Amino acid sequence: MKRRSFVQASLALGTVGGSLSMVGCASTGTVPAKAKVVVIGGGYGGATAAKYVRMLSDYQIDVVLVEPNDKFISCPISNLVIGGSRTMGDITTPYDNLSDKHGVIQARDRVISIDKGKKTVKLAGGATVGYDKLIVSPGIDMIWGSVEGLKDASAAGQILQAWKAGPETVALRRQLEDMPDGGTYAIAIPLAPYRCPPGPYERASQVASYFKKAKPRSKVLILDANPDVTSKGPLFKKFWSENYGGMLEYRGNHKAIAVDAWSKTVKFETADDVQADVLNVLPNMSAGLIAMQSGLANANGRWCNVDYLTFESTAAKDIHVIGDSVLAAPLMPKSGHMANSQGKVVAAAVVAQLSGMEVNPQPLLSNTCYSFVNDKLVVHVASIHQYVAAEKTFKTVPGSGGVSSAPNELEGIYAWNWAQNIWADTLL
Amino acid sequence: MRLTFPSAAMLVLGGIALSAGAATPQDTVKLHQRALAAMCANCHGTDGRTVEGSAIPALAGMPREYMVAQMRAFRDGTRPATVMHQLTKGLTEQQIETVSTYFSSLKR
Repeated sequence: MKRRSFVQASLALGTVGGSLSMVGCASTGTVPAKAKVVVIGGGYGGATAAKYVRMLSDYQIDVVLVEPNDKFISCPISNLVIGGSRTMGDITTPYDNLSDKHGVIQARDRVISIDKGKKTVKLAGGATVGYDKLIVSPGIDMIWGSVEGLKDASAAGQILQAWKAGPETVALRRQLEDMPDGGTYAIAIPLAPYRCPPGPYERASQVASYFKKAKPRSKVLILDANPDVTSKGPLFKKFWSENYGGMLEYRGNHKAIAVDAWSKTVKFETADDVQADVLNVLPNMSAGLIAMQSGLANANGRWCNVDYLTFESTAAKDIHVIGDSVLAAPLMPKSGHMANSQGKVVAAAVVAQLSGMEVNPQPLLSNTCYSFVNDKLVVHVASIHQYVAAEKTFKTVPGSGGVSSAPNELEGIYAWNWAQNIWADTLL
Repeated sequence: MRLTFPSAAMLVLGGIALSAGAATPQDTVKLHQRALAAMCANCHGTDGRTVEGSAIPALAGMPREYMVAQMRAFRDGTRPATVMHQLTKGLTEQQIETVSTYFSSLKR
């Protein structure tokens, strides 16, 4: 009986989701006026939370997922599209299964405001949706003011970030293809914390791998606001010197403060200007826009403080924040894998609270992050984070976790399988 | 027995609520076990079922004692690994047994 009832319910729900995606934008007619759970953002955190609230409640708790994009494009692996060994198709997954298989009601829309008192969210398309529990997973936003001139240069497509995979990923790849041999690609990295600690170093490695094959007289410059490589440092630096020597140069303590799009120049706080043919400048980052606008970013006005046991915001009852927007506990990276893990912890907590159950007193988070140093070889960093009740935070377990001993092809296979399995775990 | 269409429609509208307090202690234990096992799903697939052609093994239906033994072997260093020796060192004996029990109960 249980199975049949689920199939019928999900069929009915799937119809709602299907009609939404055909309309293209949510209208007030198709989004319910109230749901037990509303999720903002369909990335690694939000999509996972939406799916797992459905699964862990045995499909009894209704979920509305608000996400403006019509398909999921993964940031992890997107550096390989920039390097040329993978395509956008490889990193794209449709959202259909969340509604068709799991009965998540999808609103292809954006939340423009949260009314914490009335417990409603307002969508750009005009609808208002009430919630008992709101899960906010809006990723990151760029602090454009941290690098003068960057906002306009970015909007004009002259100096890209490509730090949210999508059209900019393709545009940056095109700039590299158009660059003549003998040119220079420079990536500027902001002070930590930022999304995906090893991401900039993987990207530089991918560009160097591409140059080595296609444009061997070209250069890769890494201009890092941090004093040294922030993740997998020894592994990256050893591989660079052995494989990209003379091509790739790393410069620490290079905090970008301004760009000039016309002359393709970056200015730094305490170092000489750098000119390059392709500039990839990452500004400082903060919690996603809706978190910033809703008063949830109560840690230095930049990240969101949460009660780590449930990821409930310390700024608002029944609003939970997960993913890159959260003020990280010690050694907790802003990664897709971590957001997926947090999505499950918050889903279990929300299901427990809505069902009159005790919240799991010992939640666990895992993280595995693979970086491709060329098109085949990979290094990883892994960690396990246990909740420590006495300190009300997550801590890595002493003696656990670690990095690869050296770049290797076996982990290249695992990295690609990791991607396929986490995309399925998040979306299918 | 059979769920009629109106009830499905009610679900769509969020009409069915879980009544607070109705959950049994067993429900709570099961929820916590499933949530813990979900931490393996990032790499090993939802409910331990991987995508086709995955070199990372599926866990659904893996015999309990075998899985417990492998996890201990990773942790003790007697079975070489790329990441599992690092991850298992972060788990308690009880967590290893809980996830092994859960995955062994699932169909492949």
